[in-house]
Amino acid sequence: MSQFQRYLVNKVFWFLLAFFIALVLNFLLPRLIPGNPVDVIVGQMGMGGGVSGQAQERIYTAYIADFGLDKPIWEQFIIYVKRLAQGDLGVSFARSPVRVQTLIGDALPWTIALQLPAVLVGWILGNVLGAVAAYRQGWLDRSLFPAFLFTSSMPYYCLSIILLYVFAVYWPLFPAGGGYSFAISPGLNWTFIASAVHHYWLPFLSLVIVFIGGQAIGMRAMSVYELDADYVRFSRSLGVDDSRVVRYIFRNAMLPQVTGLALAIGSMVSGALITEIVFGYPGIGSLLYESIRLNDYTVIQGVTLLIMVGVLVANFLADIAYGFIDPRIRAQRAGER
Amino acid sequence: MTAIPKQQAELHKESSLTLLLRNSFRRVRHANPRFLFAVTLLLLVVLFAVLGPVIFDRPNPMKIVGMLYDPPSEIAWFGTDNFGRDVFTQLMHGTRTSLSIGLVAGTIATLIGVTVGTVAGYKGGLIEEILMTITNVVITIPSIVILILLSIALSSHEVFGMGIIIGATTWPWTARAVRAQTSSLRTREHVDVARLSGVGTLSLIMWEIIPYMLSYIVMAFVLQLNAGILQEAALSMLGLGIDRGVSLGIMLQWALLWESVRTGAWWAFVPPTLFLTLIAFSLLLLQSSIDEIFNPRLRKG
Repeated sequence: MSQFQRYLVNKVFWFLLAFFIALVLNFLLPRLIPGNPVDVIVGQMGMGGGVSGQAQERIYTAYIADFGLDKPIWEQFIIYVKRLAQGDLGVSFARSPVRVQTLIGDALPWTIALQLPAVLVGWILGNVLGAVAAYRQGWLDRSLFPAFLFTSSMPYYCLSIILLYVFAVYWPLFPAGGGYSFAISPGLNWTFIASAVHHYWLPFLSLVIVFIGGQAIGMRAMSVYELDADYVRFSRSLGVDDSRVVRYIFRNAMLPQVTGLALAIGSMVSGALITEIVFGYPGIGSLLYESIRLNDYTVIQGVTLLIMVGVLVANFLADIAYGFIDPRIRAQRAGER
Repeated sequence: MTAIPKQQAELHKESSLTLLLRNSFRRVRHANPRFLFAVTLLLLVVLFAVLGPVIFDRPNPMKIVGMLYDPPSEIAWFGTDNFGRDVFTQLMHGTRTSLSIGLVAGTIATLIGVTVGTVAGYKGGLIEEILMTITNVVITIPSIVILILLSIALSSHEVFGMGIIIGATTWPWTARAVRAQTSSLRTREHVDVARLSGVGTLSLIMWEIIPYMLSYIVMAFVLQLNAGILQEAALSMLGLGIDRGVSLGIMLQWALLWESVRTGAWWAFVPPTLFLTLIAFSLLLLQSSIDEIFNPRLRKG
């Protein structure tokens, strides 16, 4: 087996192990709720007064059977995994008979449409600004660095709240929430798209600004480090063209940033949870928030699983890509174990 | 191999440790303005949270003093919240709760992280393999997921418990950094000297390893403290915060749930937002300035 193959096998093993543990956690934790989630949810239905005793009984047995809660725990786990393999996340507790995958399927496109452009734009702008600040130094660095430090240290939801107030309430330039105007129904037509875009700006900006700051800080630190490296001094003393040296520096400083991009894309779903809640944006964050309020355990479980799968897959791909891009790392890591 | 006399080893330890400490003090004394600024900001926030309720004689953040969202007045300096409670009082108590949760979380995370990291890095071999396997698995599973699942599984949410579950999910970052540091420190001369003079593993780690990476541990702690405070706020805003009392995150959750932003009651959401930002900013500034002080390569700029 070549060194690279060993590296691959190693990474696949890690991925599978982490994935298995994630599944077990996801399966186990909601079942640790004192009593039993079905009791809780049926009890709540009863309190509403809308459900008769007999119907309640029927719902109860249906739920117990649906979740297989009468079976031993390992058997429940096998059923859970089997269903997952078929893409079935079960029935929503609070919104029965809607299935969890339907709810997530409705919310996920909103989250991706919000996060993916924000991550990409923020990544590109952040890296360019960070590299420029490190290279030019002087007043540019002195004014940009604290600004980046401030925006990147600001919790992203705090910026969301401030933007929402300033640009939607104080100066009502943008709508104060939602993904589109309630007056129109979603569809592929210009009124809907225009409305969606109008609602898009504030949540998008609040994510991008924070992300630019974080990326710029990282890139600046890497570039400062590279600028001091021996190869830079050597190239300069040989009289190598300055623009070429900058290209070297940029390429080398970029490496960790590539992993950063992969991880940011992977944690897309969990990255904007509270921004969505602040803006009432119809994505995964709002779905999770509602589900927590409704004690909708199956939906919560579906969302946490989605977050975990995204992060694990992105981690895995970043590791593999790294092995291809940087042979130095590949050799180093193979030697480390 | 001739054993080095214990006395000599003691002497060696003594001189290198005092030198290290003296150097550290000198560096901090000549610290850059960023460091001083961050420390001053943090001290002000801590003073406000700890002494504020006593100075202003406002011991109860749940006391109703007015109507829904009264604007700032002489009675309620920062206005009232959705239940007519004083925002200023809540801010003091909320900051204290948030800082406490962050402190518990940061301490737990740093303790676990430093223990796992030093033992793995110093012992090496199978022990390192096992400890780092656990670390890598915990690191890949996003902590927000574990926190959501754990908070749902736990029936009571109080300050100490919240701190513990947050700390128990964020330690791997510290463990990883500490292990790397330990691995490189292990081969230093003074560690060899101590080992040869028969110092036990535990006291060796305590006296020959940890003091030499204290700046890293402090930086890691500052980051963990910050992460703890922000995780608590995020969980609260998802509706999974502490069940009694008030924290900065709980204040924001109330403000959002009762639509203070859209109704223009800025006094209900600006104070907690501002304080969370202020705390996070000063902690990160503190961390980066400590990094600059102890890592001169970064000091250009």
